[in-house]
Amino acid sequence: MNVHEYQAKEIFARFGVPAGEGQVARSADEAVEAAKSLGGEKWVVKAQVHAGGRGKAGGVKICDSVDEVKQAAADMIGGELKTKQTGDVGLPINSVYVEKPADIESELYLSVLVDRATRKVTFIASPEGGMDIEEVAESTPEKITQVAIHPAAGFQAYQGRQLGFFLGLDKKQVGEFVKVMKGLYEMFVETDASLVEINPLVTTKQGGLVALDGKLNFDDNALFRHKEFADMRDLTQENEREAKAAEFDLNYIQLDGNIGCMVNGAGLAMGTMDLVKLHGGEPANFLDVGGGATTERVTEAFKLITAGEGVKAILVNIFGGIVRCDLIAEGIITAAKDVGISVPVVVRLEGTNAEAGRKLLDECDFDLIAAQDLTDAAKKVVAEAQG
Amino acid sequence: MSILVNNDTKLIVQGFTGSQGTFHSEQCIDYGTNIVGGVTPGRGGETHLDRPVFNTCAEAVAETGANATMIYVPAPFAADAILEAEAAGIKTIICITEHIPVMDMLKVRAVLDESDSVLIGPNCPGVITPGECKIGIMPAHIHKKGKIGIVSRSGTLTYEAVFQTTNIGLGQSTCVGIGGDPIHGLDFTDVLEMFENDDQTEGVVMVGEIGGTAEEEAAEYIKANMSKPVVAYIAGVTAPPGKRMGHAGAIISGGKGTADDKFAALEKAGVATVRSTAEIGSKMEEILG
Repeated sequence: MNVHEYQAKEIFARFGVPAGEGQVARSADEAVEAAKSLGGEKWVVKAQVHAGGRGKAGGVKICDSVDEVKQAAADMIGGELKTKQTGDVGLPINSVYVEKPADIESELYLSVLVDRATRKVTFIASPEGGMDIEEVAESTPEKITQVAIHPAAGFQAYQGRQLGFFLGLDKKQVGEFVKVMKGLYEMFVETDASLVEINPLVTTKQGGLVALDGKLNFDDNALFRHKEFADMRDLTQENEREAKAAEFDLNYIQLDGNIGCMVNGAGLAMGTMDLVKLHGGEPANFLDVGGGATTERVTEAFKLITAGEGVKAILVNIFGGIVRCDLIAEGIITAAKDVGISVPVVVRLEGTNAEAGRKLLDECDFDLIAAQDLTDAAKKVVAEAQG
Repeated sequence: MSILVNNDTKLIVQGFTGSQGTFHSEQCIDYGTNIVGGVTPGRGGETHLDRPVFNTCAEAVAETGANATMIYVPAPFAADAILEAEAAGIKTIICITEHIPVMDMLKVRAVLDESDSVLIGPNCPGVITPGECKIGIMPAHIHKKGKIGIVSRSGTLTYEAVFQTTNIGLGQSTCVGIGGDPIHGLDFTDVLEMFENDDQTEGVVMVGEIGGTAEEEAAEYIKANMSKPVVAYIAGVTAPPGKRMGHAGAIISGGKGTADDKFAALEKAGVATVRSTAEIGSKMEEILG
């Protein structure tokens, strides 16, 4: 689960990670209040959206007067921001962060995540801050280094010095940097984070360190023990259908194609999408209807799949293990009727009572096409989508 | 011979008396799995499904000699259940539970790295040696005792591979679901090694998916160490980057962990691959000649 920059910075501060001074504002007037309260003569107004690349997209404005702050906030709030990371759809801007500018000396990169291969919380650092880290990894990999924290020892100061000197910091800054890393490690573990990214972490002309940007992502599986963070979820920043799906315990991801897919099991769902593509079609979505393919869930699944225009055919692929295929067939028939599906639906059922399930599909008065096997199902649905 | 579980397995069930635990224990008992008891703290002394319920794993092991456990404990408490099983000396720990926090699993792995016990899962369908022992939620009737070892990150994709290898007549020695989480127990390489050393296994099917580097590591292992043929299938060629595709571990991050990369690594290592879910069985048949 993502949170906004202003929320990330507030949490950073709790763990002693310097994140500058700023205030969130939900209207132009609030932005003015924030600027006045912060004081000074210059402010940065930043759109609060769950995506990076805001600067290049006009989502970060440096303002030399309170009037400019008001204008910047008014321009942003209520609008949408399309960045390189958001793709074709923009994200709604419902708030801005008004911040005192930092006196930037240099920009660094620092992130924390769990390395799956070593199974350790790992810090990644680079002196090439303010840039796309993936590009740095491609072109100048020697400018990135990492350090893994042993769970028994925890973060050790020498690890902070190791990265600090690599980053070209002076002795005093290295001391600060060690504290920053210690704070981030404690935060990562205590908050059950899955990713922290500070790009850039800046050194100031005064010799200090400040997290100029802050990205914080929490482990969804641990939110049950962090109600405060769970409550920070901002649905306006998520794909509407994907968020709705989660309400019904369905895993749904929107794609670009015209063949809707409904499958039980994430691996099989991915495999089904791949199979559709292999046979010349384009999947419209990933949808894992999960272990309990009841009529209710199948109905919700159909609604999600057909919510957008553009779906020309649907493939339902269920491998019934514990769940019986004849029950699933009944559920599909009822759901399709209830939702009023108007595109061809190809159904492939396998597993427990598959024959009985297929018979029900053949005999029902709703136009469902029963497939003999996986390949047959893929070919049929691709043909239906094209025809 | 099979790997990990067989006729000698004595299984306890943690979360025995819960609804999931009860339902799946019944299914396993029907199959012939030797479930010797279960653990539900606070209900020790009771009988459930004609078997004793214990308060702790240690008690259960002392009374029954159990050497394996099947865990149906809810996610907030599942890591604790795994660690309790390890502390009780249970050698084979199979955790079905999904949604265990990553930080919890890091601790579990730190303990298991120094232990004789092996963990399979979490977020997995379990392990089955057809004809001998079923531990998990897989549909028993599609399996057939035979010669193909199957190791997979996905549940229903495993069933497809099983279904195909059964229909072709090859059958399975053991099917291992290693699960869909980023931090888990046995990995591909571990299970491949077991299959390589198992007399009953003549060929191996490996079902991977996007995220992480386990398949790439397996490719290296296969090239260097395996004499038995392997057929690999990777799901998620059409998965968009940065999105978690159902499984916590199925995500392309920073450009890494794509299905194409995995196919490339496997093919480079000389492993036979299939691009269609439907061709796993036929490819294995072709290779085994």
